[in-house]
Formats: sequence, C-alpha cells, structure tokens
Amino acid sequence: MEIFWVLGIPLLGGFVLAAFGTRRDASELNAVMSFCTLVASIVLTVRVVSSGSFTAWDEEFFVDAFNVFLVALTAFVGFTTSLFSRPYMRIEQHHGKLSVNMLRLYYSMYQLFSFTMLLALLTNNMGILWVAMEAATLTTVLLVSLYRTPASIEAAWKYFILCGVGLAQALFGTILLYFAAEKILGAGGTALLWTHLNAVKTQLEPTVLSLAFVFMLVGYGTKVGLAPLHNWLPDAHAEGPTPVSAVLSGLLLNVALYAVVRSKVLVDGALGSHFAGNFMMGFGLLSVVMAAFFLSRQKDVKRMFAYSSIEHMGLMTFAFGMGGPVATFAGMLHMTVHSLTKSAIFFAVGHAAQKSGTQMMEGIRGLIKTSPTIGWGLALGTLAILGMPPFGVFTSEFMILTTAMHAYPWTMPFLLTALGVAFAAIFGRVQMMVFGETSGERLPHPPALIPVFVHLALVLLLGLYIPPYLAAWYRQATALIG
Amino acid sequence: MNIPFTAQLINMCAALLLLIAFAMLSQRRILSLINLFALQGLVLSISTAVVAYSTSQSHLYFSAGLTLLLKVLLLPWILHRLIRKLNVKWDVETMFNIPTIMLVGLALVVFAFNLAAPISQMAGTITKSTLGIAMASVLLSFLMMITRSKAVPQVVGFLAMENGLFFAATSATYGMPMVVELGIALDVLVGMFILGIFFFQIRVAFDSLDLKHMEKLKED
Repeated sequence: MEIFWVLGIPLLGGFVLAAFGTRRDASELNAVMSFCTLVASIVLTVRVVSSGSFTAWDEEFFVDAFNVFLVALTAFVGFTTSLFSRPYMRIEQHHGKLSVNMLRLYYSMYQLFSFTMLLALLTNNMGILWVAMEAATLTTVLLVSLYRTPASIEAAWKYFILCGVGLAQALFGTILLYFAAEKILGAGGTALLWTHLNAVKTQLEPTVLSLAFVFMLVGYGTKVGLAPLHNWLPDAHAEGPTPVSAVLSGLLLNVALYAVVRSKVLVDGALGSHFAGNFMMGFGLLSVVMAAFFLSRQKDVKRMFAYSSIEHMGLMTFAFGMGGPVATFAGMLHMTVHSLTKSAIFFAVGHAAQKSGTQMMEGIRGLIKTSPTIGWGLALGTLAILGMPPFGVFTSEFMILTTAMHAYPWTMPFLLTALGVAFAAIFGRVQMMVFGETSGERLPHPPALIPVFVHLALVLLLGLYIPPYLAAWYRQATALIG
Repeated sequence: MNIPFTAQLINMCAALLLLIAFAMLSQRRILSLINLFALQGLVLSISTAVVAYSTSQSHLYFSAGLTLLLKVLLLPWILHRLIRKLNVKWDVETMFNIPTIMLVGLALVVFAFNLAAPISQMAGTITKSTLGIAMASVLLSFLMMITRSKAVPQVVGFLAMENGLFFAATSATYGMPMVVELGIALDVLVGMFILGIFFFQIRVAFDSLDLKHMEKLKED
C-alpha cells in the first residue's frame, strides 16, 4: 500500500500540474506534491527498516534495504529541489527567460520525472526497470531544452540520442538476461523478476550472463555518465535550468548506478568470479581520471560541477566494483553524501549565476560581499565535495581509498592524482568566485537557501557521526548486494 | 534436409529484414526512408505472426498486432505528417562514400553473426538462426545513425534499432513478457511525440534540420 502512494502521488502530480500548471501557485502545488511523496516514502522506509524486505502486487514491486534508502534519498532531494525551484523559477520568469507555459511543462515533467525514478527503484521486473529508465530520459529531455536557446536544444538532442542508443544496449542486455532466465524459470512473467532471478542466480548460464552484463553496464553506464560514454552529461547539466541539473546529478545518476549494481549481483552469482567487478572498476577508474583532467579546462561553472559529478560517479562505480562489506558500505554512503552535496552546490551556483547574469566563472565574483549566504553556501559545499573533513564525503572517500590501498594498490597513483588535480582545479576557481570585488546587483526575489544549508548540515552530520540505526541500515543493504 | 514451411517463411522474413536494413543504410531520400521503415515493421509483424502460428504462442499474436499498429501505421503516419509540416518531404541528403558505408555494414554483419553464434546454439527456439540477423540489423541501424547528419534520418535509425531489438527478443526467446513489451511500446510512442516537438524546436533555433549546425558544445 505504501508503494502505491509513493508512486501514485508523483504520477497524479504530473497530470494535476499539467492541468493547473499555469496558476500562480503552481510552484507551491509542486512543492506540496513532492512533500507528500516524501512523507509516503518515509512511511515506506520505516516499514522496511523495522520489518524487512517485502514484495507487493504479484511480486511486481520489491523493496529491500538497498532500494528503500535510495527511495528516501530521491524523495528528500526531490522535495528540497522543488522548494529551491520556487524562487529560482520566479527569478527566471522575472528575467524574461521563461513563459508561463514553459513553467507548466517544467512542473508537470518534474513530477513525472520523480515518478519514473521511483518506479525504476521500486520495480522488481528488470524489463520495467529498463522502461522506467527510458521514461526518465524522455521526461527530462524537454526540461533540458526548456530555455529553447540553440545551445540548450543541441544539449537536449545529444542527451536524447546518446542516452537512447545507450539504453538500447541495456535493452539487449535485458533480452539476453531473459533468455538465460527463461531456461530455468520458464517463459512468462516471472522470469524477469529480480527476486526470482536472485534465487536461481547460480544456475544461470554464465556465458550469456556475462555478455548480458557487458551490454547492461554499457547501457546504464551511459546514463551514469561513465567515461567514455559521458558526452551528454556536461552539456545537459550546463544548458538545462539549475533545478534540473540538481536532480539529474543528485538523483538520476544514482538510479542508473542502482540498475548496474542490481545486474552485478545476478552476474556475480552466476559466474562466481570478479568479472563484473573488474569491468566496473575499469570504467570507474577511467571516469575519475578523465573527469579530473577535463575539470581544469572548464569555464562554465555548471559544466565544471557536471564533470565533478562524473568523477564522483566513477568513484562510486569503482567502490561497488571492488565489492566487499567496507567498499560497498562506502559506495552507498558516497551516493548519499554526493547527492546531498552536489544538489546543494547546484542550488547555490544557480542563484550565483542569476545574480551575475552569467554562468561563466570569470563573470562571477565577490559572492560573499554581496550575498553572504550564497557565497558561504557555495564555499562550504565546495569544501564538502572536495572531500575535506569533517564533511561526510571525506568519510566515504577515505573508506574507498583505504580499501583500494589494501586490495588494489596499483590504483592508488591514479586515484590520488585525479583527486588532487580535481581539488586544485575546483578550489582555485571557487575561491575567485566567492571572494574578490564585484558590482553585482540584488536578486528580484529572495533566494532559497534553506535547502542548501539543510543538505550541508546533513552531510556534516554524516561526516561527524553516523547514527547507529543508519549504519545498521546500510549494513543490511551491504549484506544484500555483497 | 527438410525444413518445415513456416521455418522457411521465418527465414525469408529475416533475410528481407537484413535487406531492408541495407536499403535504409543507403537511402538518401527522407520519404523513401520512412516508407522503408514502415516496410520493415510490416515484415517484422508478419514474421512474428508466423512464429506465433508455428509455435502456438498466443501472446505473440498480440505482439504482432501491436507492431502492426505502432510501427506500420502510427509511427510512419506521424513521420509523414511531420515531414510535410516541416517541408522536408522531398529532401535528399548528401552522403559521401555509400560504397564504403556498405562495406563497413558487411563487416558488421559478419561480426554480428559471430557474436550471435554461441547464443543461438543455446537457444531452443525454431527461430534461433535468425538471431544473427537481428543483431546485424541493430548494428546496421546504429551505423546509419552515425553516418547521418539530419535529424529525421537519425530518428528513423533510432526506431529501426528498436525494431532490430524486438526481432532479437522474438528470435531468442519468443518475445519478452507482455507487461515489458507494452512498456517499451509506450516509451517508443512517447519518444516519438517528444521528438516531433523537438524537430520544431530545432528548426526554430537553427533554421534547418541539419545537425551540422550543432557544433557549439564541444570541449576545446
């Protein structure tokens, strides 16, 4: 029943806002819908944490500790982003960049996008998982081109085609998975259900499954933004409206990585080797290194943080690829803190760009002087994402690095160089933006900064002290995915 | 060697699909390309119906009907309307080196057959020999998307790739579970509508549907 509400509210919200999205209070309605989704997902989380995993609706839906943590995170960041988008979109409208009809499209698609992500997380059917991932692309593609500028349309086209082709590979992988499963489980509906597959994973044909995994990794990996399939990501982040960049970076990439991890569990069972992990480590390491070196060449602030997302997604993929209790725990913690921190940074960056009238970093100066809250938000967020203690990103990165040092010492030079280069590149630029002289003007509406500081406070808390129930919850999830 | 009539029919459909994939690869006129896409859908639908008849898998009749409705009637109709409205109906694309593209295509077919060989040995379906062709048509559509610089042919390539995947699913496993197939069909349909909106946005922004104008977003 909880699942029904978690999925039903955003789906309904999409249609309600399509109908009433032109009203003045549509942004409040959007926030209320997201808040209801959050409440429903908290109820669901409480039930799963207290009484364990369960399936619903003829086993079509499945909740365990691993996906419910992502459901809660998705609903939470979805809610705070809807709070942020209220003043942000008003200012954009004030600047004449958006019309009322564009806003209606935005609100409606925002709710449907939340729906597709939650569906991808909650479904038990690997085929529906694919359908939901494709639908997530479809709902965001018009959001990326919302401003209708040539650059944004180009970014959206690239996003659509690259992710579409990528996901076609994942569909082929899913077909192969079904092909292997059908032999054991028989034809029909149950052969793609993850719980059934998980129960018989040791009997699945290894050659077919390894081929299926390669296709799924390439397919969903395109959506995670793994190098060399990342080309769509910086463009889509830089050209779309900032709330969309925040949810793309903070949520969608996580959901795509979730799909990869779910497939990895099956392949590991069938092969009994580290085949899938090696692939993930390779792609992850490549992404970290490549992103770090592209970071230092960026001029657009949103592009720079988009590359930082590629770097962090690479790090998570690497962690899940290593496997084992510590690395998997760290991977999940990193998913949480990265999505909180990165969305907070995008909130601050969005307002900073609105104030300066440009996204180019050389045009953004002296944020602390003219609007201290935006400046401090950006400065603290940057310190957090760069892995400075005492923020939570430090904890997870430290755990990933120490595990890698023990198990795969040869990766150390790559990882440390990449993290060092990224630190130097981002820190230098953000310092210039935050301090320095400026003649910026005030925003026509007060900015939304509560979400920024709430996110950063949570990240700080996770760095200082992980509450025992949360640690137990992560450990439960770790045991599930191994 | 005595192959049952239905199996021969399926093999012929598969051969036709491969032929159509090559025809699409070399077709320069947008209108003919869309007609070829409709034809591909028709052959796909017929072959699915034949598989359904010969194996008495009743849900495959449903898939065949869905393919007929979506890929032979609805999508080509939308595409025809779009190119009329966008006034690109008689556009001819300038493509260089069609012979080279065809040769690359041939190499892809060989590669696809090699890749599919171990899988089709394991398959117990009567259609197992067509899996190689299914993979080849996926790869050929992929090649088509890479070699085209206009928006509409790229989209046709994208849809043709989906056709190839559908054919792969039918030949390896007699089709995916119904709920998944419906979901995929919904995605394709919604995707087509969004692309339709998109064509207009591209034309307004760039004054043409030629994607060569889109080269601003590059890493330098």
